[in-house]
Amino acid sequence: MFNHLLSLLIWLPIVGAVPVLLAGSARPNAARWLALLFMVLTFVVSLFLLPQYDSARGGMQLVESQLWIASLNVHYALAADGISVALILLTTIVGILVVVGAWEVIQTKTHQYMAAMLVLEGLMIGVFCATDALLFYVFFEAMLIPMFILIGVWGGPRRVYATLKFFIYTFLGSIFMLIALLYLYHKAGTFDLRTLASLPLTFTEQAWIFFAFLLAFAIKVPMVPVHTWLPDAHVEAPTGGSVVLAAVMLKVGTYGMLRFILPIVPDAGAHYTWLVVVLSLVAIVYIGYVALVQDDMKKLVAYSSVAHMGFVTLGIFIAFMLARGAGDVDSARLGMQGAMVQMISHGFVSGAMFTCIGVMYDRLHTRLIKDYGGLINVMPWFGFFYVLFAMANCGLPGTSGFVGEFMVVLASFKANPWIALFAAFTLIIGAGYTLWMVKRVLWGEIHNPHVAEMKDINGRETFVLLAFAALTVALGVWPEPLVRLMDSSVTQLVQQLAIHKI
Amino acid sequence: MQLSTSILLIIALAPLAGCLLAGFLGKQIGRAGAHSATILGLLVSCGLSFHVLYQLVWAGAANYDQNIYTWFEIGRFNASIGFMIDRLTAMMMVVVTFVSLLVHVYTIGYMADDPGYQRFFSYISLFTFSMLMLVMSNNFLQLFFGWEAVGLVSYLLIGFWFKRPTAIFANLKAFLVNRVGDFGFLLGIAAVLYFLNTLDYATAFAAAPTLVGKTLTITQSTQWDAATVICILLFIGAMGKSAQVPLHVWLPDSMEGPTPISALIHAATMVTAGIFMVARMSPLFELSQGALSFVMVIGATGALFTGLIGIVQNDIKRVVAYSTLSQLGYMTVALGVSAYAGAVFHLMTHAFFKALLFLGAGSVIIAMHHEQDMRYMGGLRKYMPITWITMWIGSLALVAIPFTSGFYSKDAIIEAVGESHRWGSSYAYFCVMAGAFVTALYTFRQMYLTFHGKERFTVVAQHGHHDGHDDHGHHAPGELAHAPHESPWVVTLPLVLLAIPSLLVGFFTVGPMLFGDWFGKAIHVEEANNVLGEMAGHFHDAASMALHGFWSLPFGLVLLAFAIQTYIYLFNPALAGRIKGALKPLWTVLDRKYWIDDVYFALFAKGSVKLGRLFWKAGDAAVIDGVMVDGTTGVVERIAAGMRRLQSGYLYQYAFAMIIGLILLLGGYWLFGPTLAVH
Repeated sequence: MFNHLLSLLIWLPIVGAVPVLLAGSARPNAARWLALLFMVLTFVVSLFLLPQYDSARGGMQLVESQLWIASLNVHYALAADGISVALILLTTIVGILVVVGAWEVIQTKTHQYMAAMLVLEGLMIGVFCATDALLFYVFFEAMLIPMFILIGVWGGPRRVYATLKFFIYTFLGSIFMLIALLYLYHKAGTFDLRTLASLPLTFTEQAWIFFAFLLAFAIKVPMVPVHTWLPDAHVEAPTGGSVVLAAVMLKVGTYGMLRFILPIVPDAGAHYTWLVVVLSLVAIVYIGYVALVQDDMKKLVAYSSVAHMGFVTLGIFIAFMLARGAGDVDSARLGMQGAMVQMISHGFVSGAMFTCIGVMYDRLHTRLIKDYGGLINVMPWFGFFYVLFAMANCGLPGTSGFVGEFMVVLASFKANPWIALFAAFTLIIGAGYTLWMVKRVLWGEIHNPHVAEMKDINGRETFVLLAFAALTVALGVWPEPLVRLMDSSVTQLVQQLAIHKI
Repeated sequence: MQLSTSILLIIALAPLAGCLLAGFLGKQIGRAGAHSATILGLLVSCGLSFHVLYQLVWAGAANYDQNIYTWFEIGRFNASIGFMIDRLTAMMMVVVTFVSLLVHVYTIGYMADDPGYQRFFSYISLFTFSMLMLVMSNNFLQLFFGWEAVGLVSYLLIGFWFKRPTAIFANLKAFLVNRVGDFGFLLGIAAVLYFLNTLDYATAFAAAPTLVGKTLTITQSTQWDAATVICILLFIGAMGKSAQVPLHVWLPDSMEGPTPISALIHAATMVTAGIFMVARMSPLFELSQGALSFVMVIGATGALFTGLIGIVQNDIKRVVAYSTLSQLGYMTVALGVSAYAGAVFHLMTHAFFKALLFLGAGSVIIAMHHEQDMRYMGGLRKYMPITWITMWIGSLALVAIPFTSGFYSKDAIIEAVGESHRWGSSYAYFCVMAGAFVTALYTFRQMYLTFHGKERFTVVAQHGHHDGHDDHGHHAPGELAHAPHESPWVVTLPLVLLAIPSLLVGFFTVGPMLFGDWFGKAIHVEEANNVLGEMAGHFHDAASMALHGFWSLPFGLVLLAFAIQTYIYLFNPALAGRIKGALKPLWTVLDRKYWIDDVYFALFAKGSVKLGRLFWKAGDAAVIDGVMVDGTTGVVERIAAGMRRLQSGYLYQYAFAMIIGLILLLGGYWLFGPTLAVH
């Protein structure tokens, strides 16, 4: 089993989708329980990664490779390093919580919803451990389909616009990536990522490939100015779709940057670092202001996701400045670790925020802030979780939201104090948009009579929120285990950054 | 001898345990269970804090500096959770846990009828835990944790009565203004890491001398002194937390919270975190005269100008709140003239007498059925003698009557400022001197309006009225359902227990703490800056310092203020109104709080929303979605629409197009063909 641990993780949920589908619309409960069973199984299997993966040694481990398309020299090649392991665990945890979260909420075509979630989970895990560029591409693209269905079938009134925008936006980026991959294949004769990493490329080649990759991944992250699909997609997506989208799918973008931009085109990456850094800071400041004025909670949290992902891209790219410019490997590691921790943390916090909004939406069927107010009067336990996650969202120490931001701000001061200045601005604007929303939703007198009838969270919802809360607090109080898990991998990435290809 | 780690852990964690019990199991353990659990936690914590102080001061225990666990370790950067316990810490621990314990007891009476009883106890215990983490920290990370955690609890407590629109406005405001400070603070921590490559206090302080001569490149032609940048950034954090001008605006509004927390958080402890922090960072601040001047000027401005606002307040709590702002200014001035020990000393005495004044005000508020407007009080002294006497004790300490605690700390600060030759010290000296007069003005006014003179309330008997303390909103101002009476013992006992140190603690500690070497290495002062050292030369003992104080200018100013206010409020109440009329413009300036709040609200709150809307509508909606995204699809659509029109399906149109094409083709050949053929 351990020889094919990664394959097992990918295919277990995908195969599991078949019996879930077979349960049919007549037996929704069977579909729910089966889906939960497969999610839990996948999670349990993913736990084996921890003892199996030697984090001290780092590097790509648990390697699997099989010739897939002989004529093109494409391999079904999988492997994982510390970063992959962390992201896979995030995926499997979120998988369980999403199924539990959707339990009574999804009443139509339950079996199909659950099956789509399972397939999506398998594909996302595939993305996080593919080491063949074409295999990565296949997973990367295939992921779109279940998400397209999730939004398109169970989404809100403008779901058709949102799905098309989502699909075309991301597909546009992917096309550029495909072209870049074909060029690389043409030069190297393989899609193997390690071979591509050592492929010598001139600066002009690197620059073209860099922009192709950047576009593909920037859309996924999403970075400013290619972020506008995200608020629309979130607003129309069902709660579960939003949670997966925010918690896991966005990370595919930054993960792709780590696996493609950093090793394959390091010189172009270093040369255009300023561009990514500026866009990241714009995401933090400009998007913060945009988030402030949203009247739809989902849009607000979607914009806040863009701002928080700005810290991830910032952390990754200041590592370039630090490793190359100052030759300060430790600071580069600090920035990169900050980005990694932020990815995991944002998975918990944004997942929790969207779950909270889902809880409210299920009761009142509106996401508009002005329809709420005084919720704490009738839902005190919900209020507790909502405030906790709001605080995590504005980076309060002791919650996971703080850790990554703290590391990235410290590292960016090392790179350039001005970058830190703009990055730290999130302390103010982040608190502004988050707590203003809390004020209008949670505190105050009840002015909407329907709010007075709202019931506090039930056992199922408590379970989901409690799990998110436990993860958020645990990571905030003691991030060292996660840091240790990824440290050798991060160090290797940083060392790779410093290698000049020309 | 070494302090035991487990004792320190118990000190920090006992309040947290109480918080969790009262918070999560509040329903199960009930009201009595909640206050018992949290008070027990505080008793343990407070008792052990005294034990630690004893160990350090009298039993000769060595200072403690150890990490408990590693928060993260990346390359040469280590962030840990750990404790540094020296006399400065121990003193803070005692002050925090002692005042917190009394406030816990007081709360039993004050919040007796509140539906959020358990929640309140949970919050104040959480606060105590956070504050202890802040003061006991041995590194910048944990300091920041405690710093933000007390901010969170402050947010929750200001908004404790979450139905009140003013309360939930005030707590948001408090959090955001504090975040502005924290923004600077975080950058300050980053700057420490940038220059010193560590987050650990001891290592950073040891390496501090290497900062001399280092600069930070701001632009290609601008270099800033490293120590100055670090210190000013850190101090911006202190300006937020300790409510210094211009980040002071949140503190008066924080009075929306229940009175016990005004005493604990917004007077005695949390707001002094900034003072403590700067004292703790003295090895860094001593390296920058510029930063210290900045600190001094900011503090002096606050000491005078926020005190002035206190004169025109009618809300009994707001008077005390502005008084707190002013006193925090005094502490900050002391920091700015390198009299760190003086600042910390004033912090301690202030914690006692200001907590006393707030709790006393709370006792009055209970008696007045939650009426806070002093215009409807008066003559309360015969109804509530204990509150009356203890509040007078607190007031005498506040205005610095010789022999009281407040005298020793405040007089020393004024004198230290006079001794200082730092840039801006003459301005600061004027401010603290004038501030002494202003302090006496608002303090005596408050005491007279509340306890003396005619009763300005009427007792309206009502049938079926229960002796509850909440829900009195149905009365007109100045109408009470029954006569005011002294508060229960859980309220008055803390008043008495705070009155004792307000009177005495200064007398017994001024010698060692201020002029001796009590703090040891915890506070570092460069020889050239050591104003307290100079003053120590002519200090003999506490009694002669107090006797000398009777002949000093500040005392004369206090007497003058006393005479003025006594005349106005005891003998000629109508005069107050006439003065107000005569000085209308000045009164308006103070009443509007220099319009600072209005400007901030228009500029930052409304301005940000406007900017956000502009960004959203112009940036995201118009440019990105409108032009780029939908614009692209629009272009594709238009082209497609054009192409579609060509395929009309009518034969005659196709035939016509073919003929045109043929003509063009042949015509083109006829025109250009020969030339093409040549090539």
